[in-house]
Amino acid sequence: MTRLATHKVGAWLWVSDGQITIISGKVDIGQRISTALMLIVQEELTLNTALMSVAPVQTDRAPDEGITSGSKSIEDTGAVVRQAAATLRQAARALLPQNGALWALQNGQFCSPDGTQKIDILDLITKLDPQLPIDAAAAFLPRDYGAASPFMRDLDQMVRGRFCYLPDIDVPNMQHARLVRPPHSHARLGAIELQILAKMVEEKVQVVRDGSFLAVVSPDEWAVETAAKRVARACTWVSDKTLEIKDIFESLTENNAKKIRVIDGIPDPKAPLVALKDLPYRARFEKPYLAHGSLAPSAAFAHWSQMGLKLCSHSQGIYPLRASIAQSLGLALEQVQITHVPSSGCYGHNGADDAAMDAALIAKHCPNVPILLKWTRQDEQQWEPFGSAMVVELGMALDPDQKISDFHAQVYSDTHRGRPRPDGAQGGPARLLANRLRADPLAPYVPLLNMNPQGGMHRNIDPIYQIGQKIIVKNLVQDLPLRTSAVRCLGGGANMFAIESLMDEVARDQGVDPLAFRRAQLHDLRSLAVLDALKTELSTRPTPSGQMPGRGMAFGQYKNKMTRTAISVDIDLREDGQILLKDVIIVADAGRIIDRDGLAAQLEGGFLQGASWALYEEVSWSAQGLLSQDWDSYPVIRFDNIPEMKLVLLEPSDAPSVGAGEATPGPAIAAIANALFDATGLRLRRLPFRPDRVLKAALGD
Amino acid sequence: MRMALRVNGQTHQIDCADDTPLLYILRNHLKLKGTKLGCGLEQCGACAVLVGGKVQLSCAALAADFLGQEIVTIEGVEALPLGQKVQAAFLDQTAAQCGYCTSGLVVAVTGLLSQDPQADQAKIKDGLKGHLCRCGSHPRVLRAVQQVVAQS
Ligand code: FES
Ligand code: FES
Repeated sequence: MTRLATHKVGAWLWVSDGQITIISGKVDIGQRISTALMLIVQEELTLNTALMSVAPVQTDRAPDEGITSGSKSIEDTGAVVRQAAATLRQAARALLPQNGALWALQNGQFCSPDGTQKIDILDLITKLDPQLPIDAAAAFLPRDYGAASPFMRDLDQMVRGRFCYLPDIDVPNMQHARLVRPPHSHARLGAIELQILAKMVEEKVQVVRDGSFLAVVSPDEWAVETAAKRVARACTWVSDKTLEIKDIFESLTENNAKKIRVIDGIPDPKAPLVALKDLPYRARFEKPYLAHGSLAPSAAFAHWSQMGLKLCSHSQGIYPLRASIAQSLGLALEQVQITHVPSSGCYGHNGADDAAMDAALIAKHCPNVPILLKWTRQDEQQWEPFGSAMVVELGMALDPDQKISDFHAQVYSDTHRGRPRPDGAQGGPARLLANRLRADPLAPYVPLLNMNPQGGMHRNIDPIYQIGQKIIVKNLVQDLPLRTSAVRCLGGGANMFAIESLMDEVARDQGVDPLAFRRAQLHDLRSLAVLDALKTELSTRPTPSGQMPGRGMAFGQYKNKMTRTAISVDIDLREDGQILLKDVIIVADAGRIIDRDGLAAQLEGGFLQGASWALYEEVSWSAQGLLSQDWDSYPVIRFDNIPEMKLVLLEPSDAPSVGAGEATPGPAIAAIANALFDATGLRLRRLPFRPDRVLKAALGD
Repeated sequence: MRMALRVNGQTHQIDCADDTPLLYILRNHLKLKGTKLGCGLEQCGACAVLVGGKVQLSCAALAADFLGQEIVTIEGVEALPLGQKVQAAFLDQTAAQCGYCTSGLVVAVTGLLSQDPQADQAKIKDGLKGHLCRCGSHPRVLRAVQQVVAQS
């Protein structure tokens, strides 16, 4: 909200020709932020959404809002847009003839007390100075609970196949590009057979090379697709090193690490690294590397001309990306313009930024030719920055009243912060993949400890429960084999899986109902209300049935300050070790609800992503490269394992809206693990719970 | 090679390499961008079209294999009465988040329900398991299918 004081209404809301345009620096990544912003303006101005649009996010037009991440858009941007809209309404009312305060506002029109006069709010707003400062005291309209009906911006275009995603860009004279990537990150391009290069010239396919960065370009997309494969076969790669294949969970706890205590969710360099004593309950949890696995492989559009470099990217942070690309190519900031164009959902920092740099580099070699670069599925699965593998070691002790007296945690992980950021120490160019391949390669960026509250691997490692004494240490582990960055929830997914599994374990060992056990460790009334609502919902359900049925629950509050979520999952275990998801209940409190349907979609979608991590997903590799390269070798959840889902949304009055996009994955994993225990008595602590692992655990090895 | 393809009720003369998959013809020669490229490996369903009323993945199958057959893409689905119902149900149930999987799913659901208008949940789940949605819109898609089934 610091921006509020320095910003004018016109920076966020712009009225012309009877239309209101919302200008925001937050981008749509499948999370429906544009829809939510429109609904906020609808609430404050009582305007139909048909009279609104959301401006494309472009580096030279939109406010620099950094990166769209961390479920913060609703809290940050949503709050400013609401304040700006309320300011406009207040100022418009002041322009009313007389007794302005008595005029009613409905459907975008002010109506005089005697009902004889009507004035469009947009007509009044047009008369206002866009330089009007946002008034932090402008009051919001009282909540109209009946108002919002399900609405999703552009959905009508999507169901008709008319919505333009980045890979659909098609402009005159455009050429298509594909990459030829090395087999793994240590390999360097030795030679390319001359014959194939001659062939390419003959076929009018341009080969772009900068060190080990290699791409092919042609006006015909299919030609370029096949050319990339042929060129790949004609390349010799050399390497003095291969990928480390030692067990990743051993590497995580054995490699050198930067260690720091975390106090109340914040890393504290002054807190001493005390030795941890053995607590009665101890467990170690493991999460593999995860891929974002966006449905559309990353892509970018680039056009290099005298006017400078124009890019279209589906990056979550077009400003830092612009600075990083400008610096990489020796351009002035003003010479690079990036427009955000949506692609498929990204769930974090996927290949978008790297693809933009790749396309920029290709365009530099093909001046004046518009270039559309697409990564292939295999490029995406092998080269996107992954969510780090993690180890979480926990310890817990209870006092005689079954209250948690001690909690210890050691979390081990690579960085969750690999986005290009231009400022010196943060490493902009070094975090763009192409710069590690070019003739003068940059060394991989060595990450620093993330010191932010609830940042990176320590997100949600501090339990939300009342606990006597906590000792939490995070370990930023070095020299790990794969490149990592932000995936939905960062460390929160693994941490919530670990904490909520152990909570379950302790409760059952104590012979206490897991929900009641959690309840006893909480004071926060809203958390208690969430748990009680789950209990009420569960009381209406029969016990789960099936071959080997089980029910598990988990609770969490994202970043210990955002959406509170309680989840119950019923599963059935098949003889072949497959876990079938049956019935799911999600209770959530995300504060004031702006887009009820969008909130539900985020909670459901988050659950299914967590379930997919729990059951299927794992990046795998050999010394010679990635083994998970497509949807067969990197399986994910599909329609054949989608449970029945019931959502219960609590909305305490006057609670501010908080983000919910990352609230459910962590509790989802834990609830499934706990249901598996309920069904079998088996405690699986390594993700994913593949059938072979379940069977192995059942056989006792 | 030169070939004639029937797409959305029209015949198109196309010049392309022999081995060009149908998807590339649809998107690049005919500029029908609604059919999406997701994997090119027949693993995700983003590229589904209807051929002779049946669901067909277009990313790897050669265009030349469909000469003379009626191809319907997402852009042509709204001309089918069932297609319209499916689209309306997707809207009613807001059965998408990013929407990248949506055109493939609308096509697939239209194809499945035209073969079996009363398909139950189990059949639908089985019929859609070749289609990925990474945003987790599945429950909504299933509700949309139920809505159409209930109307028929
Ligand atoms: S693009 Fe055809 S199945 Fe994935
Ligand atoms: S809605 Fe994004 S992939 Fe399905």
